[in-house]
Amino acid sequence: MGPFLETLIGGLMTGMLYSLIALGFVLIYKASGVFNFAQGAMVLFAALTMARFAEWIPQWTGLSGKLLVNLLAFGVAMLVMVAAAWLIERLVLGKLVNQEGITLLMATLGIAYFLDGLGQTAFGNDIYKIDVGLPKDPIFLFEKAFQGGVLINQEDLAAAVIAAALVAALAAFFQYTGTGRALRAVADDHQAAQSIGIPLSRIWVIVWSVAGFVALVAGIIWGSKLGVQFSLSLVALKALPVVILGGLTSVPGAIVGGLIIGVGEKLSEVFIGSYFGGGIEIWFAYVLALVFLLVRPQGLFGEKIIDRV
Amino acid sequence: MLYRENGQFKTSYVADQQIFPILQDRVAIALLLAFAFVVVPLVGNEYLFRAILVPFLILALAALGLNILVGYCGQISLGTGAFMAVGAYAAYNFEVRITGMPLLVSMLLGGVCATAVGVVFGIPSLRIKGLYLAVATLAAQFFVDWAFLRVKWFTNDSSSGSVSVADLRVFGVSIETPVARYLFCLSFLTVFALLAKNLVRGAIGREWMAIRDMDVAAAVIGIRPVYAKLTAFAVSSFIVGVAGALWGFVYLGSWEPAAFSIDRSFQLLFMVIIGGLGSIMGSFFGAAFIVLLPIVLDRLLPALGALVGMHFDTAIVSHVVFMIFGALIVFFLIVEPHGIARLWSTAKEKLRLWPFPH
Repeated sequence: MGPFLETLIGGLMTGMLYSLIALGFVLIYKASGVFNFAQGAMVLFAALTMARFAEWIPQWTGLSGKLLVNLLAFGVAMLVMVAAAWLIERLVLGKLVNQEGITLLMATLGIAYFLDGLGQTAFGNDIYKIDVGLPKDPIFLFEKAFQGGVLINQEDLAAAVIAAALVAALAAFFQYTGTGRALRAVADDHQAAQSIGIPLSRIWVIVWSVAGFVALVAGIIWGSKLGVQFSLSLVALKALPVVILGGLTSVPGAIVGGLIIGVGEKLSEVFIGSYFGGGIEIWFAYVLALVFLLVRPQGLFGEKIIDRV
Repeated sequence: MLYRENGQFKTSYVADQQIFPILQDRVAIALLLAFAFVVVPLVGNEYLFRAILVPFLILALAALGLNILVGYCGQISLGTGAFMAVGAYAAYNFEVRITGMPLLVSMLLGGVCATAVGVVFGIPSLRIKGLYLAVATLAAQFFVDWAFLRVKWFTNDSSSGSVSVADLRVFGVSIETPVARYLFCLSFLTVFALLAKNLVRGAIGREWMAIRDMDVAAAVIGIRPVYAKLTAFAVSSFIVGVAGALWGFVYLGSWEPAAFSIDRSFQLLFMVIIGGLGSIMGSFFGAAFIVLLPIVLDRLLPALGALVGMHFDTAIVSHVVFMIFGALIVFFLIVEPHGIARLWSTAKEKLRLWPFPH
């Protein structure tokens, strides 16, 4: 029971991190119908900005407090992401209104290439560290209930808590603020939203900024786990099955999907992986999502796709 | 003036339905083929063949295959690299395990294996559509990557899935020289382009296009979606698989699964989109653009840097090439979302009226 529970909890926490990235996809898809392949590049870019400025700010200004430096670097990275969002809306998406989904998808791939190149040109291509003081030591739970208890990585736990808090904050933002309401209106129907005076281009900038913020948080958490390096942009590929499993248009879907994929991936690797020669994590998530989609083509919580002739 | 079909009357259905109905087009294509088959081998140097022409021809073939699926049948696939890998590794297995297997046959059999895998991964397309399908086809990509890395049988027990072939012969003629390789790939491309062109203007091609334009309406007028979608997956995967075998055997010589990674799939999709969806010609344009662009940028950037007195190291150059590549792709999509093929047809329209446009 102990190992099973340990895998289960580990899976849930990894799943929470997947949800965090999946959330970025869903936000943008809901508001603008763009399937944003650049989300992974945004995660990498944001993490690189944060890591480098956390290193540079003490050198330039002589500030020393870790919290202060990290906060400043976070602010700078956020500013950069907002600027990026504004530029993307201005230079790319604003010009591609009314194009087909696949053209927009390829445009975001172009953005992804650009951001990958820019990030590494401007900030270098070594492995950088982000240290925001997430606790590292593992802790033991339920020591009374089982022999040996259940080992939990505190870092994962903290990350999962942050992710959950972020999701709650975003849900509140969408539900209770004027801007959030406007975002939901745009997501519902572009033209209707525009006709009652909601400025589409500003909404898109906001959505991309929010996605940039989510990418930044995801980048910090993943970055402090794995180090900030190029492979960080590949983490987004692991979040893709989460998005289609949960449904492209659903925020709760991203979370539930993330948990399912996270748990499924870990359990499969531990309990059936050895029959296949190991390393099945990477495709298992996709096959799992595929099987779900065969039953519900729009994902678990996505809007039903209705075809009219 | 020169390019006008006035006076070219058709008196039979055969004449009316040929691929190039205009005389000038036929002449131009004949000249182009003669140039590619005769003049280029005479004047080209080794670098041109190895680094530019052979990859261009093979990737154009793969883009052609992908265009049938994405451009003609409207099913977005991000798993093209996987089908190329299946073609390459299957052809390798036929070549290694059966002694005396002719190269051509094992390549075509590699294509057949890719067809089988393509149809299996095409089955979800009956239920799943659009972007969901695009992401679902990534399952093929990751599964195949994993299989060739981990399942030793596929790679003849070599470590990390790397295999190599040597001493390629077709009908007893060695194709080890760059010119021979070029001609080999060119012949493949010519034959498959002709086949593909004839397929897409026949009954099956029209079914694909009907499914692409609106699958429910197509089903209503009696087109079987199952048949149309799966044949599109089959034909596309076959061509892509053969292209994969060529890529492994003729271009790389020795390869590992990373040669057919997800980046390859994206690259091919770029070719199809930039070249023009639903256009055979577009696949060639797209392949030329995507193959040439990094090469040109790689040479141009250090030259430009030297001009203003700056020196870039290679890492910076490769990152800047990445940036410019991404930016140019976005630029192209904004300027001409229908691809280079559309520019080409606009140019032809203009040419027909030239020099008296009124």
